[in-house]
Amino acid sequence: MTPLEQTGDTPVLQLTDIHQVYGTGDAAVHALRGITLEIAQGDYVAIMGPSGSGKSTLMNLLGCLDVASSGTYLLAGSDVKTLDENQLARIRNRQVGFVFQSFNLVPRMSALGNVELPLVYARVPRAERRTRALDALDMVGLADRANHQPQELSGGQQQRVAIARALVASPTLVLADEPTGNLDSASTDEILAMFDLLARDGRTIVVITHEKHVADQAHRVITLSDGVIVSDRITANTPMAGSRS
Amino acid sequence: MILSALRGINANKLRSVLTLLGVMIGVASVILLLAVGNGSAQTVNSAISQLGTNTLTVRPTGGGGGAQTAASTGSTKQITMAVGREIQSAKLGHVRAVIPQVAGSLTVASTTASETAISVIGTVPAYFTVGTNSVATGSSFTTEDVTTSAKVAVIGQTLAAELFPTGSALGQQVTVGGTPLTIVGILAQQGSIGFNDPNSVIIAPISRIQASFTGYGAVSSLTIEATNSDAVAAAQGEVEIMLNQLLGITNTADEPYTIINQGSLLQTAATSAASFTALLGAVAAISLLVGGIGVTNVMLVTVTERTREIGIRKALGATRGAILGQFLAEAATLTLLGGVLGVAVALIGAQFPITGTLPVILPFSIPLALGVSVAIGVFFGVYPAARAAAMRPIQALRAI
Repeated sequence: MTPLEQTGDTPVLQLTDIHQVYGTGDAAVHALRGITLEIAQGDYVAIMGPSGSGKSTLMNLLGCLDVASSGTYLLAGSDVKTLDENQLARIRNRQVGFVFQSFNLVPRMSALGNVELPLVYARVPRAERRTRALDALDMVGLADRANHQPQELSGGQQQRVAIARALVASPTLVLADEPTGNLDSASTDEILAMFDLLARDGRTIVVITHEKHVADQAHRVITLSDGVIVSDRITANTPMAGSRS
Repeated sequence: MILSALRGINANKLRSVLTLLGVMIGVASVILLLAVGNGSAQTVNSAISQLGTNTLTVRPTGGGGGAQTAASTGSTKQITMAVGREIQSAKLGHVRAVIPQVAGSLTVASTTASETAISVIGTVPAYFTVGTNSVATGSSFTTEDVTTSAKVAVIGQTLAAELFPTGSALGQQVTVGGTPLTIVGILAQQGSIGFNDPNSVIIAPISRIQASFTGYGAVSSLTIEATNSDAVAAAQGEVEIMLNQLLGITNTADEPYTIINQGSLLQTAATSAASFTALLGAVAAISLLVGGIGVTNVMLVTVTERTREIGIRKALGATRGAILGQFLAEAATLTLLGGVLGVAVALIGAQFPITGTLPVILPFSIPLALGVSVAIGVFFGVYPAARAAAMRPIQALRAI
């Protein structure tokens, strides 16, 4: 009873027997030991696990920031392993929107500039870039802060800018790594509400977290331990759970 | 891209300014030193045209030169006034005039002042038509003055000013080695290319100097004026053959005289000025290189500092080329700014004389120095930029 059988959609992400090994010989660290996983279009997935369980490694692989030692990873149908560096950059640009724990906005660059960045690398013309970036900022409710620099914004605001940046290129997958880890509870709720909204919009979202209340917002929770999946369950708030089974 | 490069430069003003300064000094010194070299070359060149490139000087050799030593060369015949007249009357095809000169170093005095070791020249009026030896005030002495050994003289401007500090020297009397001479003319100001001041001379009819001081033997030199500057070499050949006949010389390897071509002497000077310019340029190029290394250093520090930013950009889809381009643009912008400032400094600096030479900016040196500075920015920026571009996104993101 995998989630895939439930939804019946073509998977956006398909991982088969993924292993990730760092170092060689005695010093080799097996971060992932055979992960097989499918995530369908529109899923809202939380990946949980204690530190050292391999969830960050998994997130790097999912975001094409790193390539697995063995196994296949299909992202929107293309095998990541066969792609060269520039093609990977393109995938990150078009298919993946990142939200990081530490926001990772480019310093000394306005919120608008930050949101525009993925479009710059996608070679979108300036005028269109501006419109789309402003739309994205508007969506996260920060259109009035477009010209503020990151250091002039609160943590919650910075993370909302980061979400706008992740969404602006309309990626296949929104990948969030501990998005609320650096935020107070009010801002956390704000961000989670935003993810909820995105999920309702049909975006595919993967959130890496170790906070249970963050994971509880997701429709599906995958728990890792020691580089393997120990549980994969659908939560009660899955809107599709009732309709599609 | 330029805008983001400017933003990067602006992010660390002090460091950028210091780097800029390095490039600026390099570019300015390249342009300025080349201009100084060029300026001195131009001084030599104008001296060439001043001296007249259509003259030759024939001097007896052996000993220390001068009228007295000519007698001791051992040759049976000396270069005398008569020899000069022979060459003149032979009407050689490329020779316009033969101007004999005798020279000495004597004390010259007015009623109020006295100058020792002044160059005294005895010659004929044609002397004043050659090169820049023209008379500015008054007149030259005449052929008749030469015939009559008249006690008249033409004086150089410096000497005139020293002997007669209060009024005009014209019409005044000076004593040259005890012989009183009346000043009839003052020479035009002459440029100096050596240690001797060409404006500190006194020139009298050759017969007068011979009668009073040197005697009627050998002359110090013959100045041969060629018909034009292209005929100098031909004139030299003609004069040499004629002289050898007149002096009865058979062994041309041991001629008791030398013929000096002023033009070729100055060509040599011009060549050395050119190599001087090249040397200055090389020194300046080194400072530009040092500036370039400064750029590398700054860019390396910048790359290290901005590792995380590089990671973010890569995560957002920046390709290796995009990162490379960004950092190269920054380095190039930095050096271009430095270059432009350097050109400005050089243009201002060229308005003032440096070590006595007014720099003359070589037009090509400006685009050259600017181009080189940008090229240095790119060249020295490539390594840091390539390092930035080669970073793996996860490692870059993990930094700090």
